[in-house]
Amino acid sequence: MTYIQLAYGDLIVPALLVVMDGALSIVLRLKLERQLAIAALRMVLQLVLVGYVLTFLFAAVSPLWTALTAFIMVLFASREIVARQKRRLPGILSYGLGAGCTLLAAGTVTIFALLTELRPDPWYHPRYALPLLGMILGNTMTGISLGLDVLTNGLVRERAAVEACLALGGTRYQAVLPVIRDALRSGFMPIINSMAAIGLVSLPGMMTGQILAGVEPVDAAKYQLLIMFLIAGGTGLGTLAAVLGGAHLLTDHRHRLRLERIAAESSV
Amino acid sequence: MLTVDALKRLHICVSFDLHDGECIALQGPSGAGKTLLLRSIADLDPNEGTVKLDGTLKEAMPAPVWRKRVTYLAAEPGWWSDTVQGHFNDWNDALPLVERLGLPPGCGSWSIQRLSTGEKQRLALARALMLRSRVLLLDEPTSALDAASTAIVESLIAERISNGTSVIWSTHDNAQARRVGSRVLVMSAVGVLGEDRS
Repeated sequence: MTYIQLAYGDLIVPALLVVMDGALSIVLRLKLERQLAIAALRMVLQLVLVGYVLTFLFAAVSPLWTALTAFIMVLFASREIVARQKRRLPGILSYGLGAGCTLLAAGTVTIFALLTELRPDPWYHPRYALPLLGMILGNTMTGISLGLDVLTNGLVRERAAVEACLALGGTRYQAVLPVIRDALRSGFMPIINSMAAIGLVSLPGMMTGQILAGVEPVDAAKYQLLIMFLIAGGTGLGTLAAVLGGAHLLTDHRHRLRLERIAAESSV
Repeated sequence: MLTVDALKRLHICVSFDLHDGECIALQGPSGAGKTLLLRSIADLDPNEGTVKLDGTLKEAMPAPVWRKRVTYLAAEPGWWSDTVQGHFNDWNDALPLVERLGLPPGCGSWSIQRLSTGEKQRLALARALMLRSRVLLLDEPTSALDAASTAIVESLIAERISNGTSVIWSTHDNAQARRVGSRVLVMSAVGVLGEDRS
C-alpha cells in the first residue's frame, strides 16, 4: 500500500481557502469571520492533538488508556446530546440518560464487531477500537438526540391526548406510545437516509480515506458496509433505549405524566 | 362512597364525602383550583392526603384501575387517534349514546380536526361514559354547548346518578349548579371548600 504523504507546509495553500471565506464574510458583512476563525482554529488544534494522542495510544496498546479515551469520547457525545435538546431533562438525569444510552449502544456494537468480525490482536487494539467507536458514536448520538428531542416536544404538544388516555384508565405506556413511535421514527431517519444515499450522493469519509491510503475500492466498500451495519444497529439500540428511558422518566409509577420534570426551555 | 380527606395539591386542601348517587356541583372563581382538585382525585397529579372509594385507598389499586372507576373528564379533552371511532373500544356499542348526544351515526369516520369544540366536548363525554365509572369528575362538561345540548347532557348524567353513579360537576353557571347538584361546594381563592346553602 502506498499513499501520498502530506507535510504541514502542504496545508498552507488549502488553508488560504478558509481565509478567503473570512474575507467574503467581511466584504459581505456576514459577521461570520469571528466564528469562522474560532472554528477553524479549534479544528486545527483538535485534529493535530488527536493525531498525537492516537500515536501515543497505538504505541501503548494499553486497555486502560484505550478505555479511558473511549470514556472521554462518550462524555463528549452525551454533552452534545444535551446541548441539542430544546427541552431538557434536569441536570444529572439528562447527562446520565444520554451517556448511558450511547455507552450501551455504541459500546455493545463496537465490542461485538471487534470480537466477531475484525478480531484484531489484542481485541481492544486502539487502531481498530477507537475509530470504530468514533464513527458509531457520532451516528448513535444523532439518533438519540433527535429521538429525545421529538419525545419531549411531542409530550408537551400532545399533553392533552396523553392525559385523556390516562384519565380513561390507559397505562402510561399506552398513553405515550404514539409519541414514542414518532420519536423512534425521527431517530431512525438519518441512518435510513444515509444508507439510501450512500455511494450515489456521498462517498463516505472512511471509504474515501481507505481509497486514498491505497486500499482497493471493493475492499474499502466492504469495510464501509460493515461500518454502516454497525451504525444502523447502534443507532437503533441507542435510540430505543433513550426514548424508552426518557418516556419512563417523564411518567411515574402512578401512571401520571410528569412534564414538570422537563427543565425550563433553554435559549439554545 | 368516595371519601376525600385532607387532600393536598399546591395551595388546595380539602375534605368531603360523596355518596353513591349524589351529585356535588363545584363552583368557585377561575384559578381557585377546581381543576386541580378533580385531577388530584383522579390521581393525575402528585397529591397528598387520602382518597378512598368504598373504603379502599386509591393507592391500593393500580392507577389505571382507579381511573376506570373514578374518571376525570377534562374541560378541553385530548385526542390520540385521527378519527372519532379510533377513541372508542367498541364504536357500535357507543353509537346509541353518541346519537343521543345529537351527533349523526356516521360521525365515527370523521377526522378529529373537523370537529367543532361542542362536538368534541360531547364525544369526549360519550367516550368517558362508556367506562361506566362509579364516580364521574366532570370539568365544565357543557361549557361549549348550546342550551339544547346542555339539557341533553344534564338529563343523561341525571340518569346515571339515579342508577347510583356519583358525580362532581364543576361549573361557572350558578343556575346549572343548582339544577344538577344536590349540594353546591364553593372553592375559595385560597383553595378551601365551603358549602353554599343559599
